[in-house]
Amino acid sequence: MASTAQIEVRDGNIVAAVQDFLGKLLADQEIAGIFTPRQLEAKGTVMPALITSADKLATADPLAPSFPLNSARQVAQLTRGDLDGGLVAVMRPCEIRAFVELIKLNQGSLHNLVLVGVDCYGAYDNQGYRRVMENNGDSLGLEGSNSFIKKAAAGEIGAGNGVPGLARACLACEHPVSPVADLTIGLMGADLGSQIFIEASTPKGEGLLSRLELKDAAPGDARDKAIEALVAKRKAYRDAMFEETAEATATPEKLADYLAGCINCYNCRVACPVCYCRECVFVTDVFSHEPWQYMGWARKKGALRMPTDTMLYHLTRLAHMSTACIGCGQCSNACPNDIPVMELFRLGAHRTQEAFEYEAGRSPEEAPPLSVFQEKEFSEVTGGLD
Amino acid sequence: MSEFEPTIVAFVCNWCTYTAADLAGTARMVQSPNVRLIRMMCTGMVDPKYVIKALLSGADAVLVSGCHPGDCHYINGNYKARRRIKLLTEILTGFGFDERRLKLTWVGASEGNEFAETVNKMVEDIKELGPGEATAIEVM
Repeated sequence: MASTAQIEVRDGNIVAAVQDFLGKLLADQEIAGIFTPRQLEAKGTVMPALITSADKLATADPLAPSFPLNSARQVAQLTRGDLDGGLVAVMRPCEIRAFVELIKLNQGSLHNLVLVGVDCYGAYDNQGYRRVMENNGDSLGLEGSNSFIKKAAAGEIGAGNGVPGLARACLACEHPVSPVADLTIGLMGADLGSQIFIEASTPKGEGLLSRLELKDAAPGDARDKAIEALVAKRKAYRDAMFEETAEATATPEKLADYLAGCINCYNCRVACPVCYCRECVFVTDVFSHEPWQYMGWARKKGALRMPTDTMLYHLTRLAHMSTACIGCGQCSNACPNDIPVMELFRLGAHRTQEAFEYEAGRSPEEAPPLSVFQEKEFSEVTGGLD
Repeated sequence: MSEFEPTIVAFVCNWCTYTAADLAGTARMVQSPNVRLIRMMCTGMVDPKYVIKALLSGADAVLVSGCHPGDCHYINGNYKARRRIKLLTEILTGFGFDERRLKLTWVGASEGNEFAETVNKMVEDIKELGPGEATAIEVM
């Protein structure tokens, strides 16, 4: 059913072609605002903005290789109730997948919303992006995004010679294209010197696309092949990462070593788009223990690591969010002590999602595994008895 | 050296397994004294973090036990518990906890003998298995 149109790329300026497309969307009578990452003057920071005026689109940049925040929670906030007009949200595939999980928890909605996915070659982590900027005289800007996309499409983004590689979460991400988006800004398999694709994959997307009256395109199988090749590469990276992490956390002692640097700042939870509790139990009085309790625990084993409840926190977090984890890697981005938490949470998520034959972010119709049950299932946990 | 005596924390539901435990006691059935019973209104309210906390704080194993499927006082709490135990098993075994350290059973209110048997069998299993993997580490 998917129909594809194209936007012309002039003078090798891919970002301008995307902005051109966003301008056409904003001009549509049903669209009141566009939520998109944009370049800020300050220190080359890239942050999302809700844009309602066409002249403000000149700094919009969904292609920037910077990913300081998973915007799912922001879009959830914008779609919780009446928005006074249609909204277009331009998001990375992992942001859309996180948003899909929030929809299932009634924390966001598709009502009045057009999801525009962007083909994602990945991004640098915060530290890596800063280093890349330093190499570029403290600015990357729109031109930096253009050259990043061209290099990434040619498979030339890699670590080495003082240049950082992409975030590990991105290298291990097997979802470079969103399965749920209404419209997709297609870069993969396109001849970026002359065009980018706009793909509609839902009736809502089709309707909007037809009103824009863009030129039709036939991506052929070049696009599918490009995506397939990238996914294969990333899956291989992911599986190697899982193996390495499983080995490093194979026993509770090893897991304790793995988490040794954790200071219970809970940044990984704050940055996590799918850690859904309004108030986290770990910041409540439940974990404000009495002094004599610490002494008791210490006496039992001769010593007690402080701060306490670190392992309990990480295991409980896995119990809460692992079935919804979409692997965006913001947890690792937010960790002040560089604990590879993304690797840990992704591994845990891979195990639990497989156990429930569930894939986070795949479809808004799929119920979260812990919100439903069958009369007869998982008899192995009760010793074979139903 | 004295034989290893495991500590087992058991979260039991008020309506079925707690009553069964009571029956086993009043009927003077022989049971291993290694179990610390925690009476819950329903297995459906056993939060995963209770189980994790127990295993990290010195318990060698955790038993969760409630009404048979279809008998839940709150209609479906035990089905929810089953999914949570499945989830916990996946998480904990991945980090080296033996799967026998977390057990879910259905024991009805009249099954005092079944409760005593479950407890005795579990204590025997855990004695064989040895102390919990996390009981020696200084991290909670």
